Formats: sequence, C-alpha cells, structure tokens
Amino acid sequence: MAMSTKAQTGMATRSKPYAYREPPSEFASNSKRIAGRVAIYTLLLLWTFIALFPIYWTVTTSFKVAVDVTQGHLIPFVDFWPDWRGWRSIGLSPDTIFNTSTVREEFMKRFLNSAIMSIGASLLAVILGSLAAYGLVRFDYKFAIWRNRDISFFFLSQLILPPVVLAMPFLVLYKELALLDTHIGLIVVYTLMVLPIVIWIMRDQFRGIPVELEQAALVDGCSTWGAFLRIVLPISLPGMVAAFILSVVLCWNEYFFAALLTATNANTLPVMVASQTGSQGINWWSMAALSTAAIAPLAIVGIFLERYIVKGLTAGAVK
Amino acid sequence: MQTSTTAAPHDTGAAYDIPEGRRAAGRWLIILATITLAAFALLQSLYAAGQTTYGFANWRPVLYAYLAWGVALGVGQVMIRGEGGKRALFVLPAILFTVAVVIFPTVAGLYIAFTDWNLASFEGRSFNGLANFWALMNDAYFWNALGNMVYYVLAVLVQYAIAFGLAMLLNAEIRARKFFRVAFLMPFMLSPVAVGWMVGKSLMEYRFGPAATLARLLGWENPAFFASPWIARFSIMAMDAWVWIPFVMILLLAGLQALPKEILEAAKVDGASPWRSFWQIIFPLMLPVSITAIIIRVIFQLKLADIVITVTSGGPGGATDTVSSFIFREYRDRSNVGYGTMVAEFYFILIAIFIALLLWGSSRWMKRVTG
Repeated sequence: MAMSTKAQTGMATRSKPYAYREPPSEFASNSKRIAGRVAIYTLLLLWTFIALFPIYWTVTTSFKVAVDVTQGHLIPFVDFWPDWRGWRSIGLSPDTIFNTSTVREEFMKRFLNSAIMSIGASLLAVILGSLAAYGLVRFDYKFAIWRNRDISFFFLSQLILPPVVLAMPFLVLYKELALLDTHIGLIVVYTLMVLPIVIWIMRDQFRGIPVELEQAALVDGCSTWGAFLRIVLPISLPGMVAAFILSVVLCWNEYFFAALLTATNANTLPVMVASQTGSQGINWWSMAALSTAAIAPLAIVGIFLERYIVKGLTAGAVK
Repeated sequence: MQTSTTAAPHDTGAAYDIPEGRRAAGRWLIILATITLAAFALLQSLYAAGQTTYGFANWRPVLYAYLAWGVALGVGQVMIRGEGGKRALFVLPAILFTVAVVIFPTVAGLYIAFTDWNLASFEGRSFNGLANFWALMNDAYFWNALGNMVYYVLAVLVQYAIAFGLAMLLNAEIRARKFFRVAFLMPFMLSPVAVGWMVGKSLMEYRFGPAATLARLLGWENPAFFASPWIARFSIMAMDAWVWIPFVMILLLAGLQALPKEILEAAKVDGASPWRSFWQIIFPLMLPVSITAIIIRVIFQLKLADIVITVTSGGPGGATDTVSSFIFREYRDRSNVGYGTMVAEFYFILIAIFIALLLWGSSRWMKRVTG
C-alpha cells in the first residue's frame, strides 16, 4: 500500500523518474542519447496521433457536408469550410438552438437520462461500497460460516459476472416489479455493475489510513460511526471521488443493459447512438455530431479529472 | 439511528451490558419483520398462481417489504448485539443489496434456462428440461463464438505488450508528460458504441474513410476491413485494443513508478545495457503488476460485446462474433429468451472455471518464480 500511494502521488506531482543520464563528457554517447530522445518523442507523437485522430475525425466530420466527406477533406478552413449541417440536424446549431426541435428534445432527454442514471448509480455504489469496504478492512465479521475473506470474495467475484447472464432474469424480474424502462431499475443494475470496483478501490484507500487515528477518536468519546463519519470520511474523500468518477465513466458508456431493459422512457445516450447507426449509417454529419455530443462530457472529464481516473484505476494494483 | 444511543463501551464488540429486554425486543423485531416479508411473498405468489383473488397488481410491494425487512434487520442487530451490530451495519446494506440483485436473478435465470420460452410465440413459457442444453451442444454458432473468444482473449497479450511499451515511454524522462498521459488515456473514456461508429463505421469506411485511404496509399488495393473473416477479426481487435490499451498502460505505469530506484541505478552502474536491464530487472519486478493487469483485462475481455454488436453484428459469417453478442442477438432479434439464458448460464460457468484456473495457476506460478 505504501508503494501504491507513492506511485500515485508520484504520478500526480510529475516526479522525475530515475534518469538514465550518460556521462555528458563523451561525445559519442551524447549523439546516441539524442537519437534515443528523437525515437522516444517520435513514438510518443505517433501514439498521440493514433489515440486522438479518431476523435479529431469525428469532431471535424460533424462540420462537413457530403462533398467534404467523400473527398476525404481533413483540415477545417484549409481543406473545407465548416458547416453547421450536422449540428443543425440534431437541433444544436446556432441557428436552430432556439427553435423547437424534436431531435434535440430526444437527444436532451437521453442525455439527461444518462446523466441521472450514471450519477445516481455511482452515488449509491460509492455509499454502499465505502461502508462495506470500511467494515471489511477494520472489523472481523462472522456471519454463520462467512468471514471477512469470504465476504470480500463474494463482492469482488461479481466482477466476473457477464451482463448477459443477468440481462434476461432482470428483464423478467423487472417486468414483475414494474421496474422495466424506469430510471431506478437501471440505477440498480448499474450499481451492481460498479459496486465491486468501488469496494476494490475503497478497500485500498482505507487500508492506507492508520488505525491510530480512529483509536484516538474512540478514546475522545466518538462512537464507531462517529469516528468513521468525522475522521475517516474526510481523509478518504479523494479515493471516493476517484471511485465515483470511474463509476460514472463506466455507467455512462454502458450499452448492453440499457439496450435490453429500456424502451422509450429511460433510454440512454449509447442506445440512441447505436440505433442511429443501424437506420441511417450514411448520414455522416449528423452521426458525427451525435457522437461528438455523446463523448464530449467524458472527454472533458478525462482532461480535467484524469488524476482521479488514474488513481481509481491503479488502486490496489501496485502492492 | 444508531450513533445517538451510545452508552456502551466501544473497545469491544461484546454485548454484556445490553439489557435483556432490549435484546428480546430486537429479536422480536427481526422475527416480526421476517414474518411480514414471508407473508407478503406468500400472498403475492398465491395471487400470481391464481390461488387467491386478493393480491397486488405487481410484485413491487414485496420489494418494499424486503427493504423494510432490511432496515428491521439492521435495527434488530444493533438492539441485540450493541457495538457488534453497529459494526455489522457497515457491511449489511451492501450484502443485502448484492444478494437481492444477484441471487434472485440467478435463481430465476436457472429456471428460465430450462424453459422453452420465445417472446415472439403465443404459447408463453413451458418447462422443457434439458432440451435447451442439447440444442446448445449442437449449436455451431455458439461454438464458433466461443472459439472467437479464445482469439480475443489471446489478443489481450498483444495489448499488454503495446501497453508496456507505452508505459515505458511515459516513464522515460520526457517533457509534457501530463499532456501525453491525458492523450493516451482518452480512448478509454469513450463509449464503445460511439467508438463503433467513429472508428468502425466511419474511419474504416470502405469508400472514403481515412483508414481506407491510407491503406490504399500503402498499396492495399481493396481495403475492406470487415469483409473477410480474419481481417474483420483483426479490425475488431484493433478497435478493442484502441479502447483498452490505456487501461493496461495506466496500471503498468503505476507499477513502473513504484519500482525501487536503487536497483535500477545499480544496474546502470554495473554497465548493463538497457535491453538487458529491461529483461533481467524491470520485467521480473513488474510481474505481479503485469499479472494483475492481464487478469483484470481478461475478465473484461470475456464480456466484450458492444463494439461487435454495433459494427459487425458478428459477421461476416460469425467470424467476429463473441458469446455476449451472440446471446444479445438471440434476445433482441429472435426473442429466444429460454435458449439465450441457457447459453448465458453455460458461458458463465465456463468463465467461472476459467477465471478460477487462471487465478490459481498464476498464483502458483508467481510463487515459483518469486519464491
């Protein structure tokens, strides 16, 4: 655990890694070093291109008209003149934004659904998961023959459960419970999906907190829950934020359950994107605009909250 | 509901100073709640079976009864066991939640798997024993999809190799590390469905997608990425790799940054070449992280579906089909609920065995290598 915190703070503060510095006096090794730097930066830029080009392509395509697509124009203002056509078709261009647009209403509804469900499920998962992780780290349980190890295994083993196994039973169950095509229904499924990940991250987080802090709080007259809420919770907040953001990313992108368990009311954005590809795959500009709008929130999250995502992903992996 | 009633000592979980009356009250609370829940469930199942005329329109009241039962169980625990009960309250909500949403559906799923149930047919469901299972054994499409999963899982190793290279690059002494890390992570943030369109349907479009144009420039006359089986499979793998390499890379980067610097510097002083110091020092030290990363990645890879569903629907001729996308089509297009569930349950058992073997094998192997 000590190592892992080191790694994370190291990543966050851009600490200098171990430098492979050659002795600067030797001329030959110096030119070799330069060749090495050139190779490293070439590879870095190459992969940056691979990682970002599809996004660039999608964003620019949303401003193209048919002829720009077929002729393979790539650079706006040089190759082609940007056009609002794609955005107009989903009602989000400057000249249509104040008019009524059924497509935009549809899009906004899906967008809101995605937001409600991913945030709701992540909140629920972080609350349930943090409590469970704290209990499992600090106390010894014994429910019949179940001990901490078994309970932890029970939670984490949910991770291997493929969505296809639960999809149909959920469909049947939700039909009986009248939860089909409702927000709460999908929130419950998504909570189940991310709960093991949250528990995994939070277990790692709580292990890093010295027990002495809570013991001091208990001596001062706090109850177990008081110590947790007043002492442990504030310290472990960064871990919770990391777990929360990672959960939001996973829920936002989820397609399988959303496609099977929702129909018209609680549809999410990925379902809308997927349904468009089926019916009008050639309508490039509007598909590009829709994809851009669908990935934009997470792209922004990725740029500004990358630190937390990395923290969430690496929790517990480095011992 | 629990923090306010704290007169009991906190240092032990013992319940020696809880009055007998409070304990009895707690016990009664749990018993009453259990009886209520059982009554609700019994009443509703009788109603559903047509035995009584009195009941609810749907099962939702039973769900509320379960929630109330959960609360009563928690309160009862605190009343009976005091401090120990308060500790149980930490883990109880998550357990009750997971049990409710995993155990019930799994049991229901097992029942569905043995029925002949097609939503499109008028007959409704009927029990048909092992017929689904035998159909599964003879279903060439399923075995084909399962065979594809082997390739997809093996592709994880390639992803791992590329991710390791990228992690090494990011760990080198470079400028603008933050920029490169954000850029490299970006594909992971995108929804696979959107990626399916962005890359699969537009970038790799046959006539004027940039990838096709590039392929033509490089001398590939006929860059159809999804026409022949192996090329289609590689295209799907490439898209999947594009999404998931950042994940593996981030794990490996964290591992690299946690390596003990002294050893690396000692190797440098001893004059070991970078190649040698990689294979003899860095790679062995990275083994635990590598195995964690690969296992997590394999677990996720076994669920691969979204990209396949949106881009190829399993084609051409089932060459890119995954088990999940196969079952998805069974549900969505053929409404074949009973059979699809049987496939899903069978696949789940295979996965569970495979992962268990993988965990067992890797931990044994790690012990032999490190110890």
